[in-house]
Amino acid sequence: MIIETRGLRKDFTVRKKVGRFRRESVTVPAVDGVDLAIDRGELLGYIGPNGAGKSTTLKILTGIMTPSAGEVTVCGLRPVPQRTTLARRIGSVFGQRSQLWWDLPLRDSFDLLRHVYRVPPAEHAARLKRCRALLDLDEFLDTPVRQLSLGQRMRGEITASLLHGPEVLFLDEPTIGLDVMSKQAVRGFLAELGAAGDTTIVLTTHDLADIEKLCERLVVIDHGRVVHDGSLEALHDRYDSRRGIVADLEAPWPAGLVIPGARVVEVDGSRVRLEVDGATVGEVVGRLAAVVALRDLSVVEPEIEDVIAKLYGGA
Amino acid sequence: MADNPYLRVLGAQVRSQAQYRASFALDLVTATVLAAVDVGAIFMLFRVTKTLGGFAWTEIILITALSVVAFSFADGLVGEIERLKTYVRTGLLDTVLLRPLSALGQLLVLDFASRRLGRMLQALVFYGVALVVAPVVWTPGAVLLAVLAPIAGAVFFGSLFVVFASLAFWWVESGDVGNAFTYGGRDFTNYPTTMFGGWFRGLFAYGLGFAFVAYLPALALLGRSDPLGVPDPLRWLSPVVALLALLFARTVWRAGLRRYGSTGS
Repeated sequence: MIIETRGLRKDFTVRKKVGRFRRESVTVPAVDGVDLAIDRGELLGYIGPNGAGKSTTLKILTGIMTPSAGEVTVCGLRPVPQRTTLARRIGSVFGQRSQLWWDLPLRDSFDLLRHVYRVPPAEHAARLKRCRALLDLDEFLDTPVRQLSLGQRMRGEITASLLHGPEVLFLDEPTIGLDVMSKQAVRGFLAELGAAGDTTIVLTTHDLADIEKLCERLVVIDHGRVVHDGSLEALHDRYDSRRGIVADLEAPWPAGLVIPGARVVEVDGSRVRLEVDGATVGEVVGRLAAVVALRDLSVVEPEIEDVIAKLYGGA
Repeated sequence: MADNPYLRVLGAQVRSQAQYRASFALDLVTATVLAAVDVGAIFMLFRVTKTLGGFAWTEIILITALSVVAFSFADGLVGEIERLKTYVRTGLLDTVLLRPLSALGQLLVLDFASRRLGRMLQALVFYGVALVVAPVVWTPGAVLLAVLAPIAGAVFFGSLFVVFASLAFWWVESGDVGNAFTYGGRDFTNYPTTMFGGWFRGLFAYGLGFAFVAYLPALALLGRSDPLGVPDPLRWLSPVVALLALLFARTVWRAGLRRYGSTGS
């Protein structure tokens, strides 16, 4: 286990106005008993609605914040007391907060970070070379950071977080606000980094494409508690989201026709929508083709939006 | 030495500021004018009177010079720490905490204002002149104190800056409370404490320790006793007081960081 938490808890004290002058302190749990066990090399999506406790968890894991209760180890270290030791072994990209030097060329920030993290020049050069190639940094390497577009800056941030060869990379909404091309560049890079297997990646996002394309494992958190921990498929199973089949027939749908392993959702003349339930898509298509003449057919993947909406809605 | 991460970050900061050349030059000119006005204001007083609080101008110049050196070095090297409240509010402190370096060390080099170098240099020249003009009794102890006292004074003011900046950990809107003590303290240390009266003198000179910045070490260098009867050995204690202030500042800073860790911004 490279990251392990047990009963992790973080309470905030909020002062509320009671009556005209009195104020009352109310303790609100931001993280409420989170157990996590993350293996080396995993790519984990940590998702949940705003205010669910995602950022607070990341702050605890990176040693910025002390937990109110519970245990936490990252790379075998206790984050807050061993903050500077841990800092050399983790990387982080917190979307809105830059770790780059605003007024200096991007290249200078990279060079400074080499000194800040005391990375041997050869290692630094090798990692930078790889990022330059994969993230297309060359055209803006000599541009001051303040003049970079958001997409360019984010590519710079990700590079900056990796130059010291961290074992764990924390990303807080790395694709937020990016244009489509930049999103794809960032996603593609993270997928490749994850596939290489020597960097553990923990990523928070609201972007469903990030989740579908990147995360083998999802931890969904709501009101400070873990409400799901598993694969995307498991999430679909649990929330009963099924794949659908839309078929166009040569003739109108025969009323009352039953296809084992599927349920008829909607009939519109010769077009029918089925929901696969208790069989594979292939089996259902086979059975369908055996009893009706098909003109066209498409398989509809379940919408992760719907699943997440159900989850966030507390359903 | 050149590979020291703090020095590297410091260099980057200086390069960043050099990007805004006009502003940089303007800052330098402003600093020079302000320094001249500061010192000039004190000497204007001698057009009216021959002595101030029982001290001749050649003695006052030493007190003022010690105060100016101490304050300008502290202000130049540590003063920008008052921006901590901005860092807490905007969450920039998180970025600082994610790096494998001391948080305070990073903030000091990140906010280093090179324009203040000019002011420090002027202060050193002023101090050199004062040491020549003032009737200093040069003993081996005096030589040592002449070197240590400005450093101690700078450490004292620097500690004060850190303590007041740390208020931001508890109270983000801490505003300019600290200035009353830092800038107020500087004005106090420019003059012999004998010029001030009653409880105010007691509080600033010995309650808060400002007498140890310039007045008491100047007395020792001049071979004079305090007209108000402060025991002679105290005149030599500036370095000790500075060390105590430093320890206190470190304690407050650490408590502040712990507080930040438990509450966030």
